[in-house]
Amino acid sequence: MAKKGDWVRIHSIILQPGERAAAVPEDTRQVPLELWTKGYLAADTPLGGEATVTTRTGRVVSGTLTDEAPHYSHSFGDFVPELQQAGDDAFRFLFGGGKK
Amino acid sequence: MKMDNSFSAVMARKPEIIRNAVGVDYSKFESGSIAFDYEAMMASTGYSLEDVIEIQRGFSIGNTPLIELKNITSLVRKLSKTGYGARIFVKDEAANPSGSFKVRRAATSIHHAKRMGYPGAISATSGNYGAAVASCCAKSGLPCIVVQECYDSRGVGQPEIIEKARKCEALGAEVVQLSVGPELFYTVLRMLEDTGYFNASLYTAFGIAGIETLGWEIAKQCRLEIGREPDVVVCTNAGGGNLTGTARGLQKANCVPQIVAASVNLKGLHMASDTQFNKKSFTTGHTGFGMPFSTWPDRSDVPRSAARPLRYMDRYVTVSQGEVFYTTELLARLEGIERGPAGNTSLAAAISIAQELPEDQIVVVQETEYTGAGKHGSAQLSFARQNGIRVSFGDPKDETAGESIVLPAHPSLLHAVDVDLDHMRRSLITHAASTVEHAPTAEDFAFLAMETKSNEAFVRGTLR
Repeated sequence: MAKKGDWVRIHSIILQPGERAAAVPEDTRQVPLELWTKGYLAADTPLGGEATVTTRTGRVVSGTLTDEAPHYSHSFGDFVPELQQAGDDAFRFLFGGGKK
Repeated sequence: MKMDNSFSAVMARKPEIIRNAVGVDYSKFESGSIAFDYEAMMASTGYSLEDVIEIQRGFSIGNTPLIELKNITSLVRKLSKTGYGARIFVKDEAANPSGSFKVRRAATSIHHAKRMGYPGAISATSGNYGAAVASCCAKSGLPCIVVQECYDSRGVGQPEIIEKARKCEALGAEVVQLSVGPELFYTVLRMLEDTGYFNASLYTAFGIAGIETLGWEIAKQCRLEIGREPDVVVCTNAGGGNLTGTARGLQKANCVPQIVAASVNLKGLHMASDTQFNKKSFTTGHTGFGMPFSTWPDRSDVPRSAARPLRYMDRYVTVSQGEVFYTTELLARLEGIERGPAGNTSLAAAISIAQELPEDQIVVVQETEYTGAGKHGSAQLSFARQNGIRVSFGDPKDETAGESIVLPAHPSLLHAVDVDLDHMRRSLITHAASTVEHAPTAEDFAFLAMETKSNEAFVRGTLR
């Protein structure tokens, strides 16, 4: 249960599949246009419940509560051996030195 | 009375919403036919180049270093025939407050929005421009909303775009994220109407005037620091504003290098496709924007785009995704400069182009961008692998966008591929002619020659 005043993320559907623009490709037309935004919760709400939030610019918007205290978890990814090898090979090509 | 907010009703209100949100009446530039007065539109900002320089100084924007890439030049010369291999310089635009050249584009808009009393600004962008607008709004004390296309229908987001969302939030913006689709614009129109905020569009004259300082600085720095005019300036090309503004700034400094556009080749991928959205490893600087926005600039969010790259382009080349990731590695490993991949699109092209030119010539790569989690070769190639893309060494010409990423097995395999520029020019001319019922006027022929950096005979030949 998220509490009133908590920083949360909400989700809503902007356009249903049948409402998508005519120029949209077939695969995109079969799915809704979705929106996510964040704000301070207006009232205690469970995850998955209908929530109203006030965003950082003061807009009051509603949607389904998806995350409490949302945070970023993007990263530098996995080790990509090809990138390291590309750099090392180019370094040796320019400055010399044999392969290890 | 409650406003009708259906898709069709909002789109029908677009001209009025945009007029209010940009404060420009575009009808006064129109001829009633194909032609419109581009230079009058550019001048309508009321800000001269000197004014823009002053505005940007207030935001601590610009005067970024022009760095000679001596080791990459040495590498180029090892690959070139004797006496060839031009000197390569890069304008380190990552040194700007928001981490890219895009903040030049935002500064004039936000300065103007503040001056005109708008209560805030909205920007529709998944790119570095969001952070640029957020940065200028933070400094100006204005609230800011950035609207991004970010996720596919599985809820999987491009790591590069997620990082940009983080940066926008770090600079104080409200970030609204959407799933794939051009109806993003519908959402933006509704927000503009609801908030009364300024539309910090990428494509107004305010934005393009801001980039002119970049071209101006390149001319000035080449003269002062190198003692030679640049022979070639390479610009990463997507929506066309980067190239347009840079070329205009060079012209204002009476500097006329060859202007080369460079885009990442994403041929075959549809930009509005939900299933293909995460099959690409570049979210900007690619042909998916570069081609359509060059051949028809007025597809943007304002009635007349100030970004009209075919007016200034002398050559257009593409490079592969693998070549740009590889080049990003070269910049880090040979020059000790770690920057974001997408901004190195023009550097990848420059390494190829410099091999065609004598040693005394100068090639300027006019941008870099910041790097970080998500916006990094390892993040983007890992993501590609997770989405079924094959990553390997080989010859980049064997890369197929959406299926494979081929890192050059040797630096000699870096090769910029020329696009048929006349074909693009003809495409623009034919499309323009199709927008009116009557035959083009004499004014239209002259306009289309300017639009395509060609001549009236070429325009007439195309329409014959």
